[in-house]
Amino acid sequence: MASKRRSTREPSDIEEQLDFFVDAPPDDDEDDDDTSDDDVSFEDDGSGNDGSSSDEESVYSGLSELTDDDEIGDIITLKNDSESDEADESSAGEEEETESKKKITEEAEEKKLEEIETEKETQDSNDRDQRIKDVSSKKTAKKLEDKALPKKKLRNQKLLESHLNRLNEEKQETEEKDKFEEDKKEDKERTVDISSLPSSSNEKQETVDEYEYDSSDEEDIRNTVGNIPMEWYDGFDHIGYNVRGEKIIKPPTRDELDEFLSKVDNPDYWRTVFDKKNGEDIVLTDEDLDIIERIQRGKYPDATVDPYEPYVDFFTYEKMIHPLTRRPEHKRSFIPSLSEKEKVSKYVGAMKRGWMKTRQQFGKEQREKEQRDVYYNIWTNEEDTVLSKRQLSHIPAPKVRLPGHAESYNPPPEYLMTEEEKLMAKSKEEYSGRPRFIPQKYDSLRTVPFFRDFFRERFERCLDLYLCPRQRKLRTRFEAEDLLPKLPKPKDLQPFPTTLALLYVGHTSYVRSISVDPTGQWLASGSDDKTVRFWEVATGRCLRTLEVEGPVQCVAWNPNAAVSLVAFSIEDKVHIVNPKLGDKLITSGTDQLIADYKQPEEVKTSPLVEWFEAEEKKQEEGFRLCLKHFKPVRQVTWHGKGDYFSCVIPTGQNSSVIIHQLSKRRSQNPFRKSKGLVQCTSFHPTRPFFFVATQKHIRVYNLIKQEMTKKLLTSAKWISSIAIHPGGDNVIVGTYDCKLSWFDLDLSVTPYQNMRHHKQAIRSVCFHKRYPLFASASDDGHVIVFHGQVYNDLLQNPLIVPVKVLKGHSITNGLGVLCCEFHPNQPWIFSSAADGIIRLFS
Amino acid sequence: MGREKKKYTSGAATTYISRTSAIKKLQLHIIDFRRLCILKGIYPVQPKDPKKAGRGARIPKTYFRLKDIQFLAHEPILWKFRERKSHKKKMKKALYKREIKTLQQLVKNKPTYTLDHIVKERYPTFADALRDLDDPLTLCSSFAVLRKNHKIKGELVPLCRRLIIEFMNYVIASRSLRKVFLSIKGIYFQAEIQGQQITWLTPYKLGYQVPKKLDLKIISTFTEFYTTLLGFVNFRLYHSMNILYPPKLFLSSSSTENKDGTSFCLDDEDVSERVASLALDLIKEKSTVNAEAADEEESRTKEDEELIAGANVDTEEYKKAKEEEAKLNKFKKLFENCKFFLSREVPREALTFVIRCFGGKVSWDKLLFIGATYDENDESITHQIVDRPQQAKQHLSRYYVQPQWVFDCVNAQILLPVENYFPGEELPPHLSPFVREKEGDYIPPEKVALLERLEGIKQSDLQASGSQDDEEEEDIIDDVGDDVEEFEAFDEEDLEGESQLMQAEEKRLQQMKEETEKTETGDGSVKKARKRKRKKKSLHVTPGEIIKTDEKEEARLEASQEMKLREMMIPKKKKYIYKKIRQKEQARAKRHKRLTTKREKYEEEQRMKKAEKIQE
Repeated sequence: MASKRRSTREPSDIEEQLDFFVDAPPDDDEDDDDTSDDDVSFEDDGSGNDGSSSDEESVYSGLSELTDDDEIGDIITLKNDSESDEADESSAGEEEETESKKKITEEAEEKKLEEIETEKETQDSNDRDQRIKDVSSKKTAKKLEDKALPKKKLRNQKLLESHLNRLNEEKQETEEKDKFEEDKKEDKERTVDISSLPSSSNEKQETVDEYEYDSSDEEDIRNTVGNIPMEWYDGFDHIGYNVRGEKIIKPPTRDELDEFLSKVDNPDYWRTVFDKKNGEDIVLTDEDLDIIERIQRGKYPDATVDPYEPYVDFFTYEKMIHPLTRRPEHKRSFIPSLSEKEKVSKYVGAMKRGWMKTRQQFGKEQREKEQRDVYYNIWTNEEDTVLSKRQLSHIPAPKVRLPGHAESYNPPPEYLMTEEEKLMAKSKEEYSGRPRFIPQKYDSLRTVPFFRDFFRERFERCLDLYLCPRQRKLRTRFEAEDLLPKLPKPKDLQPFPTTLALLYVGHTSYVRSISVDPTGQWLASGSDDKTVRFWEVATGRCLRTLEVEGPVQCVAWNPNAAVSLVAFSIEDKVHIVNPKLGDKLITSGTDQLIADYKQPEEVKTSPLVEWFEAEEKKQEEGFRLCLKHFKPVRQVTWHGKGDYFSCVIPTGQNSSVIIHQLSKRRSQNPFRKSKGLVQCTSFHPTRPFFFVATQKHIRVYNLIKQEMTKKLLTSAKWISSIAIHPGGDNVIVGTYDCKLSWFDLDLSVTPYQNMRHHKQAIRSVCFHKRYPLFASASDDGHVIVFHGQVYNDLLQNPLIVPVKVLKGHSITNGLGVLCCEFHPNQPWIFSSAADGIIRLFS
Repeated sequence: MGREKKKYTSGAATTYISRTSAIKKLQLHIIDFRRLCILKGIYPVQPKDPKKAGRGARIPKTYFRLKDIQFLAHEPILWKFRERKSHKKKMKKALYKREIKTLQQLVKNKPTYTLDHIVKERYPTFADALRDLDDPLTLCSSFAVLRKNHKIKGELVPLCRRLIIEFMNYVIASRSLRKVFLSIKGIYFQAEIQGQQITWLTPYKLGYQVPKKLDLKIISTFTEFYTTLLGFVNFRLYHSMNILYPPKLFLSSSSTENKDGTSFCLDDEDVSERVASLALDLIKEKSTVNAEAADEEESRTKEDEELIAGANVDTEEYKKAKEEEAKLNKFKKLFENCKFFLSREVPREALTFVIRCFGGKVSWDKLLFIGATYDENDESITHQIVDRPQQAKQHLSRYYVQPQWVFDCVNAQILLPVENYFPGEELPPHLSPFVREKEGDYIPPEKVALLERLEGIKQSDLQASGSQDDEEEEDIIDDVGDDVEEFEAFDEEDLEGESQLMQAEEKRLQQMKEETEKTETGDGSVKKARKRKRKKKSLHVTPGEIIKTDEKEEARLEASQEMKLREMMIPKKKKYIYKKIRQKEQARAKRHKRLTTKREKYEEEQRMKKAEKIQE
């Protein structure tokens, strides 16, 4: 604000001066143009002006002074609000309003006012005379008179000011100040400033020596206190001091009543203003009122001002031959500047290097750039392009997946999600943190909005393109059908057991082992219920039951059809029994064979095995011989001829396999050293080979050469059973880790094929003697029958096809099928299970 | 014995380089590195053995090929990046020193670069560029709707718009659009250009918004490259069609706005806007192009004949190919005889594009967009596309259809009956043309119906190809002046033909059904009767009950058992894949079942509703 105030003050000061000298020149504006043309304007404009204008001017100058005191703003606000009032009452204006408020007149006051008025009138007339004089006789103006004039003027000004103040005060009570209004005020200030112009231009007309009289230090010196708030004298009985230093006594204070009376009585009350400084009332003249009114309307205070005067060009456009000044040019102007030279050289350098361009150059370049084809045929000679190694190893980014029906704006109804599905999707979205696509349906195309995630999807695609590591993956499209091995249909591989034909019911506990008579008529089974039962295969009848002293581990029928003998192991004993079934000749022949034995002279007694003949009682039941071993026997296996049989004693260390000879009642321990935990043994069907299965391996021994010929590596953890193909070249091994391995002895020592078809441990495996069949029985209650064709051609691998899964056995105590055995002639299979039932599938 | 080889001096350890070391090697800031990678199309790769690539480090890292990084090091743009960096510094310095002159100079001398050589390098052949055009088109069309943003260069948005419009104009001129799909993500277009399938997506404009969190800088870097690529591709495409490249319009005096003669001094902006309207043909380089094309065709047929004469080509195959071509040509002229008028509420650009791609004429309210060619009151308009249920004024001479009709027609490759698409009707579902149903996939009944219809039409074509086609062609040639009548006749014919076909189809189906029923029932009954007869003859006892065995079920069981046995024999190696495939199949079957049940349920509901309505 301070700077603004300063700027407003400067011209006003000048104006002040001008006001005091009626004939002051118009040099008052900030504009340089105006100040420069003093002389000429004076010469040009010669027409005089009447005195009234000068009078107005004085009032105006007072106003301009007011701007100094920051009062002008208030005046203007007053003006703004009173505009409407003006419309109603043209002459009285706003003052009348205040008048109406104080309708009670005071006659005494009126008198005073009248006095003052007359006084003022005289002053005014004086003024006017003075002006006229000034105008008419320009050089006869006297200083004294001049001095008096400003004094009067000043007084007038002060009065005006105070009157305005009062008006303002009254107004302020009723109105609120807005910022908007303040803005307007500022505008008005400007107008006031401008308005000072024309008044001065008016002065131009009077050609007066502007320096004749200086009134800059002149002021109203009736009261010498200066420009101070008069409230400071509130407590005193005087209001200041005159030039002589005497107190100016305060005029008697008027109360409301006085005020009212004066209002009523004094017709000039409305134009009366109280001068606080000098303590007197001043009645405003018509000119003053006119000015106030004009200001309120936002016009120039001076009626004669024409803001749109024609512009007068000062300089001529014609070139003058003579210089304006006669001063010779300085020497500097002839010597080239060093700094300029440096600058130029710098620019030259910059231009040479292309950093700097002239405007023309720049424009030309731009034009060229625009004209040049931005795009051209970039693939001109495609054939010649040779791809570099780097380009060849480029991995193109996968294309974006194309949308399905669900993404349609109007999808088929089945693709829309139900509420439940939406909830599910939402929960999944929360879980994975990725927004899930929810199909939506819109009735018409015009309602489809911009896709919310559109830019996010574009952004993610971009990220994928430059951030995602790429890898070339060879992916071959498989059909499930292609992966299935091409095998002959089971139908073409018949016969094999398919349906459950018979149940052999009688045992009450696990049937651990079964064995079929070589003719295929009888079946022997040994169970944990301490019985050995003999069944008729065709009918399922139990023909005989032998009570024994313990659970039967293994039952084995002598494979020689000419002999009717069954061996079974109970704990450490192995009994050899003649079941007396079938052909009487054979049974009696067998008895004869056993009875024919003559004890040799020197009998080698071994601590491992003892041979006994059965007791008389037991002889009747069929028991013939008994072998007592040093430890429990787990398995008994006959040699194909039916003379030898081997026993497995798993805990027997180095004598865990013992081979017995029936005809000579002799036993031998073939191994010196322990080979590990022997699981089972088997004789080769045709050649003198002997298979011993330990926990993980199978050893094949040549009995004649008495050496190991092969060691089969099963990769199993625990072997449960083995079976030898009747041809003798193939072996199947069942393991407790659910695996069934087929070994081709000619091929290698590792399995030709491993089959994991069972869910539980395999308990038993067996080959069919005539048909190309083999089977595995497992704890999961299933017996799987395979077709296992072995070809004579060595080049052709055996064909293994699972043909049937036989189900039916129930699982008891986690045990399923414990033993399975093929019928010697028919494509039938017997299986015994932990539930105590033997089943025949045919 | 040679010296022991040091570890990590060859192989994966030296062929790959981690990102941090790559940045270090190039002496770049990561932002510049990212820009460079985007522009040059360098991407991280997954080494076969990450551990070896990381020289034993097990921390997962992103790896680049060392060759790629070495290649980047020789890139001229790299120097431009560095120049820009120093330029930025200079600018900053000048700004702080308030050296306005220097600043102005610097602004003028801002280092710029072009990406032309990169385009050539990344896409050595034009086919490569076409193959990779999906992303550029999608990104440019999404940028074209973007508003100016402080993160995006001002000129990028109009450039994108221009390029995409140019490309669309090419597609119109070459009539290579094949499929369209109105998805909720936007509108998918698929064009076939020089044997390459190019699919792009344009967003809808209603309620457009850009998420504030997105880093638009990365996308705009991509767009920077894509605009360059697209410009070159457009140039090449235009030249392959002998069209002037910065596209110029073939302005005939018939267009409505040119009557006052102002059209002959169009300023650039006007031209570009008219190009953007997609409604007008572009100027070809030579006026003799048509003759050339005709010649070409003739020569081609001659060549073909010669080839056949030489017996080098399998005639059967040739026939098939010929048929295919004829079909395609017919498809290209799908809207040839239609004249469309678009209402204000339909997406103008997409519809104009699609209709013009198939030879239709389009116009719209001339206040809506520049380039309207005829008025709404034109009597020759055959279809007006509207998207409001009710129209204030309806002309009798035209069909009022919803915009989906156009898109469905394109996907079906025939003009579908308009009944289902009248304003206010509930629209049939809009199906994706990109889905190729495999065996066992769920096919929506609408698609089945469409396929059946197509097949029916095919058969009819074969039957009555000779006569009808000729007639139609003659009609078209004859009637150029009074289009309306001709169109109506055409449509009616079409409809009639279709309805006839439908009837024939139905009859055939019914016959088939009856036959099958007969055979089924007949066989069963005959057998049973015979059995009974035998029994009666041999035993003379009360006929025993026949144990009903569900043969199908048994067969199924047997088959499944067999399958299981076969599955058992799958080697362990393949077992996993087999399992996965089976799982997938099962999932698909499950989905199929779910969708069918849902559909059945929906149809049931609809039926109930209908019944209720009838009752009311």
